[in-house]
Amino acid sequence: MRHTEPRSPSGLAASNPNRRQGLLAWIHLDLPLLSGLLLLCGFGLVVLYSASGQDMAQVQRQLIRLGIAFAVMIGMAQISPRTLHRWSPWLFALSVLLLAAVLLAGQIGKGAQRWLDLGVVRFQPSEMAKLAVPMMIAWFLSEKPLPPSAGRLLAAAALILVPTLMIAKQPDLGTSLLVASAGVFALFLAGISWRLIATFGALLGAAAPLIWYLMRDYQRQRVLTFLNPESDPLGSGYHIIQSKIAIGSGGLFGKGWLNGTQSQLDFLPERHTDFIFAVLSEEFGLTGALLLLALYLFIVFRGLYIASRAQDTYSRLLAGSLTLVFFVYLFVNTGMVTGLLPVVGVPLPLVSYGGTSLVTLMAGFGILMSIHTHRRLLPT
Amino acid sequence: MATRRAKRAKKNRRQEQVAPSYVGRRRAVLALFALTVGALVWRAADQQIFETDFLQSEGADRHLDRVVLPAHRGVITDRNGAVLAVSTPVDSVGANPRLLRPDSETLAALARALGMGQQDLRQRLARYSKRRFVYLKRRLPPQQAEKVMAVVREHQIKGVRLEREYKRYYTGGEVFSHLIGFTNVDDHGQEGLELAFDQALSGRAGAKRVLRDGRRQVVDDVESISLPRPGRNLALAIDQRLQFLTYRELKAAVVRNKARSGSAVLLDVHSGEVLALVNQPSYNPNRSRSNKSGRLRNRALTDVFEPGSTMKPFTVAAALESGRYRPDTVIDTSPGYFKIGQAKVRDHHNLGRIDVATVLRRSSNVGASKMALDLPREDFWQMLATLGFGVDTGTGFPGEAGGQLTHPANWARIDQATLAFGYGISVSTLQLAQAYAVLAADGVKRPVSLLRVEQPPEGERVFSRRTAQAVRGMLESVVSMQGTAPQAAVPGYRVAGKTGTVKKVGRGGYSDDRYLSLFAGMAPASNPRLVLVVMLDEPTAGKYYGGQVAGPVFSRVMGEALRLLNVAPDDLPPGQVRLATAEVAR
Repeated sequence: MRHTEPRSPSGLAASNPNRRQGLLAWIHLDLPLLSGLLLLCGFGLVVLYSASGQDMAQVQRQLIRLGIAFAVMIGMAQISPRTLHRWSPWLFALSVLLLAAVLLAGQIGKGAQRWLDLGVVRFQPSEMAKLAVPMMIAWFLSEKPLPPSAGRLLAAAALILVPTLMIAKQPDLGTSLLVASAGVFALFLAGISWRLIATFGALLGAAAPLIWYLMRDYQRQRVLTFLNPESDPLGSGYHIIQSKIAIGSGGLFGKGWLNGTQSQLDFLPERHTDFIFAVLSEEFGLTGALLLLALYLFIVFRGLYIASRAQDTYSRLLAGSLTLVFFVYLFVNTGMVTGLLPVVGVPLPLVSYGGTSLVTLMAGFGILMSIHTHRRLLPT
Repeated sequence: MATRRAKRAKKNRRQEQVAPSYVGRRRAVLALFALTVGALVWRAADQQIFETDFLQSEGADRHLDRVVLPAHRGVITDRNGAVLAVSTPVDSVGANPRLLRPDSETLAALARALGMGQQDLRQRLARYSKRRFVYLKRRLPPQQAEKVMAVVREHQIKGVRLEREYKRYYTGGEVFSHLIGFTNVDDHGQEGLELAFDQALSGRAGAKRVLRDGRRQVVDDVESISLPRPGRNLALAIDQRLQFLTYRELKAAVVRNKARSGSAVLLDVHSGEVLALVNQPSYNPNRSRSNKSGRLRNRALTDVFEPGSTMKPFTVAAALESGRYRPDTVIDTSPGYFKIGQAKVRDHHNLGRIDVATVLRRSSNVGASKMALDLPREDFWQMLATLGFGVDTGTGFPGEAGGQLTHPANWARIDQATLAFGYGISVSTLQLAQAYAVLAADGVKRPVSLLRVEQPPEGERVFSRRTAQAVRGMLESVVSMQGTAPQAAVPGYRVAGKTGTVKKVGRGGYSDDRYLSLFAGMAPASNPRLVLVVMLDEPTAGKYYGGQVAGPVFSRVMGEALRLLNVAPDDLPPGQVRLATAEVAR
């Protein structure tokens, strides 16, 4: 890894990394991460134009959302990790409160209670929880030296569990899994022992029948369909079969932009949202899919690099878990579209049409940039 | 020791504030990455490299489809090109029950537009709810179908679409129905010539490949697989005017005589073409097609009967051909009957000693039998067989009957005797007309044809011109005031013909009160142009003699037909002839 800043005896001012990295660093942006994100979003817009049935209006709406999301990212980058650290418990408390409010008085859409109408904007508190939970866990664990004691671990687990269950109750299985994994990643990075992880894994396996029992009918159906999509090709297996055909039809180099039959002829359901990866695969082939994957991995590795260079435990845990959650996002979506995982409503991050998760994700990247650009050199 | 050292190491690590060793974690994370990314890449590569062909064909199965382009069925016309059967486009309304659910609220409006009960519609959709297509209403006129679709658009009803089909219209209605027949709802011939020539009329449907989207709508044409080849047109031998005329007269006679049924066949002597062929009862092919009381039957071709006295001219022809008889040969028929074993052949009156011509004019069974018994049975049989009895006429009409003519090896004497006056043999009206056409054509037999004939066929000689002319001469006396059918005469034309009043076979032998009334004849007798056979089954209004029942029909139809065809009269008083020529001259 590259050696960071030149050391200067004259102290902080001379070694201020902002100066050396120029304008972008001055507004707390990380150039590699920013270019990765811009490339990905640009590619996403190209695919979206095709997936929306060449609807320029939709592309424009997405462009506006991207603008807002980038603005939020830049805004978040200005907030120093210290401030974030201070806010963490309050933010967490607020999101738990809002989640409770959703459960009591939320808007119902598509059979689930996820929205909170604030009069001006509709708001999904579960999105806020995606950031608040890893912040909270990172804050909680960084209070005491690592690795955490058993008692603190239990407390952290409880902190993760409360919002997770509240979101699962809405019901929004996909988001609750993402929120839980964000917290668990923070725990993992904090260095809980492998023995504990193994024990927990075993427990989870043992509890599988119980989880099955607690699942709703449509959730069970999704798992069954995942195991054998051909069992109900016109019903629950329809999505995944059409998606497999779309991806497979693409071949090595794809059918060409705007030429995918599965996507352009409306066979592929949810093609501009959850299943946009299938559109890309059909029209750009394996080459396009690998290119997209490479872009994602570049962003993920940059995030992990930022985590590894973070200067305090809180920042490190937060950056690490945010990056890993981003990767989970990617994996759950592409895994679902390729038939590797059951169908869970998780959009392809930064590419799928839709605004809410976009803003959350970009806020997360804002935090990563903030962590990286607010470093102070400490004497070794 | 080891544990203590580990504990110390852990303590050390805890104290390292800035960079604790995250090697293990980092490796774990990287391993996780490698695993998941590997799985993703493997999955994508598997589908995009190894299963591409299969998945591409699966995709093609979903968005490519074959659409049948129906071929236009050929038109059926009469000999002069008047249209008798034509296919016109109609639209059938179909629905996809998976999209149009039986419980949708828009059903009421749709049912109203279709003119069917809402309950019926609902039940229909419910019954086929698993299907993807069901007809709601077939064969609507295009304007009406368009109105239905307007309602569909207005209420945004899903899953309803039109299918273009062709419906057959029969302009000839009941007059032509037996001959032409009809097609079923899928445009396949079911009866008559529609069935006989179905393949030629149908043509060949074409097909094209189309692109369908996820809602099964056709988005675009991909390619034309084959163009539809329209069916061939069929020109009948029938003359529409003569057909209407014959039908009108036959129907009137059937009503007047309260007959069970009736048939009439008009032939062109020179070409063998069937100029008119009608039956009663009939049906309108555009409406009901029920076979109630056998109204679908083309009786003139499918029903056979014993021809009775109408057979006698052929007995006489055979006798003349044998050289043993001449027209003036005298036969003793007294005392009006004679016995063959137990059986008795009898005449209505004792006619005494009469010549051959009188045998025909007075229709003597005894005379005809005696002549027949005098002939070698093989020769007699040979002539009847050559005339076309016992085998169908070869028109190709579905269900055409050939009748029965027993081989002479199986004849008893009584069989030979009764055959002479038309019992023990069965014929169809068309066969009888065909045989009379041989007499009319100076002894030459030409195949009858239901289709227009461009070049009259050569024909086959059955007996000599002299015999034919002699028999015709004798038959002219039948319509004289001394004959059995003066009602069959046509003013201005010489007519040669023969009556038949046939006792019908009932339970336990021949019936005494159920008859078949026949008249078969030709005109103008000097050079016959037309042959007409009229048959009425079981007249029950009092009259039953062939001359009284069928004779008048013959007279009217033949007279009108000759005038329509501009056939020159051959029996005008001298003054009238002059008048006619004067008219031509002017």
